[in-house]
Amino acid sequence: MKLLLENAHIEGIRFFEAYRKHGGYRSVEKALKMSPAEIVEEVKKSGLRGRGGAGFPTGLKWSFLAKPEGIPRHLVCNADESEPGTFKDRYLMEFLPHLLIEGLITSSYALGSNATYIYIRGEYAWIPDILEQAIQEAKNNGFLGKNILGSGFDCEIYVHRGAGAYICGEETALIESLEGKRGNPRIKPPFPAVQGVWMRPTVVNNVETLAAIVPIINMGGEEYGKIGVGKSTGTKLISACGNLNKPGVYEIPFDLSVEDFIYSDEWCGGIPKGKKLKACIPGGSSVPILPANLLLTTAKGEKRLMNYESLSDGGFQTGSMLGSGGFIVLDEDQCVVKHTMTLAHFYMHESCGQCSPCREGTGWMWRILKNIEQGKGKMEDIDLLWDVQRRIEGNTICPLGDAAAWPVAAAIRHFRDEFEWHVLNPEEAQVRNFGLAHYADELLIQN
Amino acid sequence: MSDQPLFKVTIDNVTVEVPAGTTILQAARQAGPEVAPPAMCYYSKLEGSGGKCRTCLVEVSKGSEKDPRPMPKLVASCRTTVMDGMEVKNYTSERVLDARAGVVEFLLINHPLDCPICDQAGECHLQDLAYEHGKAGTRYEFQRRTFEKHTLGDKIQLHMTRCILCYRCVMVADQLTKKREHGVLDRGEHAEITSYLEKNLDNEFIGNVIDVCPVGALTDKTFRFKNRVWFLKPLNAHRDCEKCCGKVTLWNRGDEVFRVTARKDQWGEVEDWICNDCRFDKKKTSDWVIEGPREIARHSVISANKYIGLKKPTETIDEVIGKKPRLFMDINKVSGVNRKDIDLSLIEGPAHSIDFDKDK
Ligand SMILES: Cc1cc2nc3c(=O)[nH]c(=O)nc-3n(C[C@H](O)[C@H](O)[C@H](O)COP(=O)(O)O)c2cc1C
Ligand code: SF4
Ligand code: SF4
Ligand code: FES
Repeated sequence: MKLLLENAHIEGIRFFEAYRKHGGYRSVEKALKMSPAEIVEEVKKSGLRGRGGAGFPTGLKWSFLAKPEGIPRHLVCNADESEPGTFKDRYLMEFLPHLLIEGLITSSYALGSNATYIYIRGEYAWIPDILEQAIQEAKNNGFLGKNILGSGFDCEIYVHRGAGAYICGEETALIESLEGKRGNPRIKPPFPAVQGVWMRPTVVNNVETLAAIVPIINMGGEEYGKIGVGKSTGTKLISACGNLNKPGVYEIPFDLSVEDFIYSDEWCGGIPKGKKLKACIPGGSSVPILPANLLLTTAKGEKRLMNYESLSDGGFQTGSMLGSGGFIVLDEDQCVVKHTMTLAHFYMHESCGQCSPCREGTGWMWRILKNIEQGKGKMEDIDLLWDVQRRIEGNTICPLGDAAAWPVAAAIRHFRDEFEWHVLNPEEAQVRNFGLAHYADELLIQN
Repeated sequence: MSDQPLFKVTIDNVTVEVPAGTTILQAARQAGPEVAPPAMCYYSKLEGSGGKCRTCLVEVSKGSEKDPRPMPKLVASCRTTVMDGMEVKNYTSERVLDARAGVVEFLLINHPLDCPICDQAGECHLQDLAYEHGKAGTRYEFQRRTFEKHTLGDKIQLHMTRCILCYRCVMVADQLTKKREHGVLDRGEHAEITSYLEKNLDNEFIGNVIDVCPVGALTDKTFRFKNRVWFLKPLNAHRDCEKCCGKVTLWNRGDEVFRVTARKDQWGEVEDWICNDCRFDKKKTSDWVIEGPREIARHSVISANKYIGLKKPTETIDEVIGKKPRLFMDINKVSGVNRKDIDLSLIEGPAHSIDFDKDK
C-alpha cells in the first residue's frame, strides 16, 4: 500500500495541473473546514511518528506548541537531510513537491503559522527551484497567500537554502541558521515549542512527516492509524543503498520483514553477485550497525520487521533503530573498520565545535580508527576507542555527539574481531583494498 | 521576590532553599564551595553563557518531590534549573567524576599544559581542573592543533592554541561593547576565535575579554610576562572614572603597578566591568586611591603567601641583634637586573637583558 508515492510515476505530477487532477489538495479543502484543534486531534489519532530520525509522535509534539496571545507561531520544514545514507526527502521533494506543499498548508493551518519555512540543504541545489515553482502554482490557484480558499487563513511558505552543514539538520541549529546565525545547536530548554524561530513558538518537522499529513487528513487519523504495526503507523520511506541489486527509495509497510526487504525482487532484489550479507546500518549512519544474524532476527528469535519497535528491539542490547530510514547494506567483502573510520571522519568534520567532548573526541576517534584501519594500531587502541566514545555519549549539548559515538560502539561490540585482525595483521591490513578505498584515502590523507 | 516559591534542593547532601528558576550550579554555589561544580564556560554576568564546556556536569539522582525519577543523563548544572525536592550528586557521584575527568582529558588534548610559561598560570581554571582531575600522562598520541599567531590590537594578545572555545569573550564583546568584532570561525576542532578580517579590538570596554578568559588564551599586552601573579600583591583601589565604576584590583610589586584588573569574586567572576583606560593606562600608584589589600578567595596559588591576617613583627632587626646589621652586599649594586632607575612595569613587553644595558 502506498500513501505517499502512489502517484510518483505519473507524468507531469510535479506540476499543479496533473497533481490536482489526481486528487491533489483535497486534504487542504477538507482541513480548512475543520478547526485547527480538530486537525491536531486527527494527527494524534493517526499515531504518526516523526520521520526525521527520533520517531517522536507528531500529534503530541504539535500539542506542546505554546499559543500565547498575539505572538506569531511558525512551522519549519526540515529538509536538511544530511545524514549519510538518507536520501528519501530529496526524492519526495524532487518528484512530488506539491505533496509536501499540500501537507505544509494543512499543518500551517493546524499550528497557526502564517509564515512557514522550508530549510533545505545547500547541496540540493536544484530542488529549491522545484519547490518555489510549486509554491507559486499553489499560490496562483488560491491554495497559498492571503485568505486561502476564502477561509480567512493566510499563509506564505519561504524556501531557505542552507549552506550545507549536517548540524543544521538538528532542529535548534537549523533555527539559528534560519535566523542568519552560526549553526550551533541551542541549549534546551527552552524548547522550540516555546521559543523557536525569532523566539516565537515553533514546530520543526521532517519533510516526510509533513507529507504524511495529506493521507492522514484524506483518510482520517483513525484509518491511518490502523495501517501498520503497533506504534509504527502508516508507511515509511526507506532509502536503501550499499551492496544491493536495486538500491533506491521505497515506500514500505511496517509489517515488512528485513529479510524480505533485502532479498525479495519486489524490493531491493538481494545482494550483487550472490554475495553474503555481512551487516547493515538500518536507519542512517548514526544508528548502530547490526551484523547479519541480529539484523534478520530479534533477540527473541522472531523475524525482525522494518519498523520502529522491531528494529530497536524494545531496547535490547542487540537493537538498532529505524532512524531516518537510511538503510545501508554491507556485503561480506566490506570492512567494518574502514566504514566506521569513514563515518567517524564525517562526524569529526561536521561537529559544530561547541562542546568539548564532541569537538575534541570526534577527531580523536577518527585518528585512532585511521591507525587501526591502516594496520598501525595497537590492541589497547581498541579499548581506548571504546573509552573515548563512552565519554562522549550522553555528555554533549546535542545528539550529534551520540550520533558519532554509537556507530563506533556498535562496530566494536559486534565486530571486535575485525578490529583485532587489523592489529594482528598489519601488513595485510595495509594492502587490503575495498571499493571506496581510493576515494576515502585521498579524502582522508589531506588531514 | 517574596511571593516566589522557594525550592528545596540537596547537593552532595547539603540542602539549600532557592527561588524557582535558579540553576543547579547557582544553588550549589549557595550551598558552598565544597559542593559547587567547576565552570569553565558559564559566567553569571553574561547572558546565555554556559552549557558548552561540560565541566559542570552533575547527576540528578532525584528529579523532584513530584517526580522523583532520576534523570538518565548527566546534566549541565549551569543550564539546568532546580525543582522542588531535587537531589543532585556532584563530588559524591562516580559517574560525574568519571565524566569530568573525561572532559578534562578532552580539553587537554588541544590545550598545552605549558603553565610554566603561560601568563595565566596561577589564575587558570583549567590548570586547577587538570590538577584535580587530570592524569600525569595523556592517552592522546597524535599531532595537536596549531594556529597562526593572531593579534587582537595593541593591548590584547590571543594565543589560540590555549583557547578552549568557551565563548565567554565573544559574549563579552557582544553584550558589553555592543559592537561585535570577533567571534568563532569554522567548526569542530578547526573552530577558532578570530576578529573580523584581522581587525583590532578597540572598543572602550574590550579589555574585559581578558578577565573572562578562563585560560591563558587572551592576555594583557601591558602586563604579560612581566611577572608571575603570585609575586604581586593585590590591592583594592579606585579612581573617579567617567566610563566605568573605577573600582579595580591593582597588582603591585612594591610601589609599581604591574597590572590592573577588574575585581573578581569568589568564583573568579568579575564583579564590575572596567574600562580600557583604567585597565591599560593608569599604571601609576598616584592614579589610584588605595583601599587596602584584597583578599583572593580562590583556592589557587595566588592566595598563597598573602599578608591578610598576618601579624607584623614589632621588633626591628636592630632591636633583635642589638646593633645595626652590617651590609655585606647591596643587591641593587651587584645585580644588573635590580636597578632602581628601571621601572619594570613601564617597560614595553617582557624585560630583556638589553633593558638592563648599563651603557644605555
Ligand atoms: C545532528 C543532527 C542532524 C539532524 N538532521 C536532520 C535532518 O537532516 N532532517 C530531519 O528531518 N531531521 C534531522 N534531525 C532531527 C531533527 O533535530 C528533528 O528531530 C526533526 O527534524 C524533527 O522532525 P520529525 O518530528 O518530523 O521527525 C537531526 C538531528 C541531529 C541531532
Ligand atoms: S554535540 Fe557536537 S555538534 Fe552538538 S553542540 Fe556539541 S559540538 Fe556541536
Ligand atoms: S579566547 Fe578565552 S574567553 Fe575566548 S573562547 Fe577562548 S578560552 Fe574562551
Ligand atoms: S560551565 Fe556548565 S557547561 Fe560549561
